[in-house]
Amino acid sequence: MAEKILMKGNEALAEGAVRAGCRFFAGYPITPQNEIPEYMSWRLPEVGGTFIQAESEIAAINMIYGASSAGARTMTSSSGPGISLKQEGISYCAGARLPIFYANVMRGGPGLGNIAPSQGDYFQSTRGGGHGDYRVYCMAPGSVSELANFPKICYDIAFKYRIPAMVLADGLLGQMMEPVEFNFEPIKPETLPEPAWVLGVNKNRERRIVRSYDLAPGKLELLNFELEKTLLEVEKNEVICETTKTDDADIIITGYGTAARVCKSAMALARKEGIKVGLVRPITLWPFPKKVFFDLADRAKTFLVVEMSLGQYVEDVELAVRGKARIELHKRPAGGIPTAEEVFELLKKLAGR
Amino acid sequence: MKKVFERTTGLTETPMRYCPGCGHGVVHRLVGEVMVEMGLQERAIAIAPVGCSVFADEYFNCDAIQGPHGRGPAIATGIKSIKPECLVISYQGDGDLASIGMAETIHSANRAENITIIFINNAIYGMTGGQMAPTTLLGMKATTCPAGRTVTANGYPFRMCELLAVLDGACYLERTSVHAPANVIKTKKAIQKAFTYQMEGRGFTMVEVLSQCPTDWAMTPLQSIEKIKNEMIPYFPLGVYKSPDPKAKTVPVKA
Repeated sequence: MAEKILMKGNEALAEGAVRAGCRFFAGYPITPQNEIPEYMSWRLPEVGGTFIQAESEIAAINMIYGASSAGARTMTSSSGPGISLKQEGISYCAGARLPIFYANVMRGGPGLGNIAPSQGDYFQSTRGGGHGDYRVYCMAPGSVSELANFPKICYDIAFKYRIPAMVLADGLLGQMMEPVEFNFEPIKPETLPEPAWVLGVNKNRERRIVRSYDLAPGKLELLNFELEKTLLEVEKNEVICETTKTDDADIIITGYGTAARVCKSAMALARKEGIKVGLVRPITLWPFPKKVFFDLADRAKTFLVVEMSLGQYVEDVELAVRGKARIELHKRPAGGIPTAEEVFELLKKLAGR
Repeated sequence: MKKVFERTTGLTETPMRYCPGCGHGVVHRLVGEVMVEMGLQERAIAIAPVGCSVFADEYFNCDAIQGPHGRGPAIATGIKSIKPECLVISYQGDGDLASIGMAETIHSANRAENITIIFINNAIYGMTGGQMAPTTLLGMKATTCPAGRTVTANGYPFRMCELLAVLDGACYLERTSVHAPANVIKTKKAIQKAFTYQMEGRGFTMVEVLSQCPTDWAMTPLQSIEKIKNEMIPYFPLGVYKSPDPKAKTVPVKA
């Protein structure tokens, strides 16, 4: 019987990464994710790993680039401003087809913003984020337990498809404490076979190059199409989405992460009043669960999108629904946290009450 | 007939794209020769920067990685952390090392990372067509200081060996040049020392090589050699700036 441990979100994420085989972390302090580097600073040495507080978020992502090229399971983390700094490095990792894992614990923005939770980095997280054509596998945990267990999925995806993978959380999830149950056996990375592209001591093999460029005419275009093929595979096979009470729903309420928790409570209040509300909670934001929304829009003609941002997540819902249903948006950006009561009021209005 | 010289197997046979008279080709050869002669080729990992040597991963005959502008020392830190048995070489130009990558340079030296930086200082941005570099000399013209570098507009040229010499984590720092055969030989010896100290785990090592850039200095190769002698070396004195060898004569650095 797996034991349940009461953990803080940020620490659960770090512990989950270590148990999933992370042995190299480089990062820089930024609120509200400081517990992640702090935790790693003592936990990684325990398992023979390396922790470096880098001189900047830029240096950190480049240490990740190097350590990943040498075959390690690596991790970096930050919040909005620091993730922005990392984008060039992440783009290099994507172009060089290196498996990397990182976490963004979102705060209010843009700019310095504030240290309150938000979901304002959705576009950045789901459209690649840096320059060039690529996507990052993006998971949105909705609980501390998911924070603990998603790193394992991220590493599996990153190494299987050789793309970056990330966990997109917010300051509320990062700071809250909930019971955690790990649903996987700890990985011993030294027992895993070394991938065929890893740099290191060359004993009678072709030399290996890790790079994200190709100057031969037309070659980079081909490499882009190759990456696209991989991304289409990921879209086909690796979508994760949770639906609750959607079978008979007239109104679909949708959100991810903290917003979805609020939606769940609002849905409970609505159902008590006899309003048939169902919840769609995407767990992968990229790849987006387009089919779930498209199919539900045949029956449910109203969607209420709740996001802690100014209208980012709703665009993917609109794209998925393809005009088949009416979409309403409740926005609480830059530190605003929606309450179940205010969302319930909206649901009542939508239900004509 | 006795063979007295041959292309080193430390370099691939890919034709290099460097200009006639450029110092890159010479330094590449030295790096290739030293890694082979020291038996380190199989464990060498070269990091190519952004700049004229962006394609260095095609020339060094070892595992290689090309990284973002200025970030070589951070990449090297990551690689050396996972593969400490490898010889990790960050090959960089002056813009890469002293402008955009200044923080990574200083911090990796300060952390005493067991890496080697080969720093090609030609006081100009070559790849992008001749803009001012952090090491461009006062009065020297570049496309972004067409009237010549001035203190008021651009500040002073950085002396990187001197700057890093005060850091305890810096183990071995030497400035050399490749404008004449004697200096080429000294550069090779410096690279040998740097690689040796890295494999002994003694800390951060850097060889700063003053190099000619005839193209962006708007000179002939022969004129560029004169510029190294008459202008570069007086401002960037050659010599050892830091050494773990108590018998080494180091250049005194003005505090």
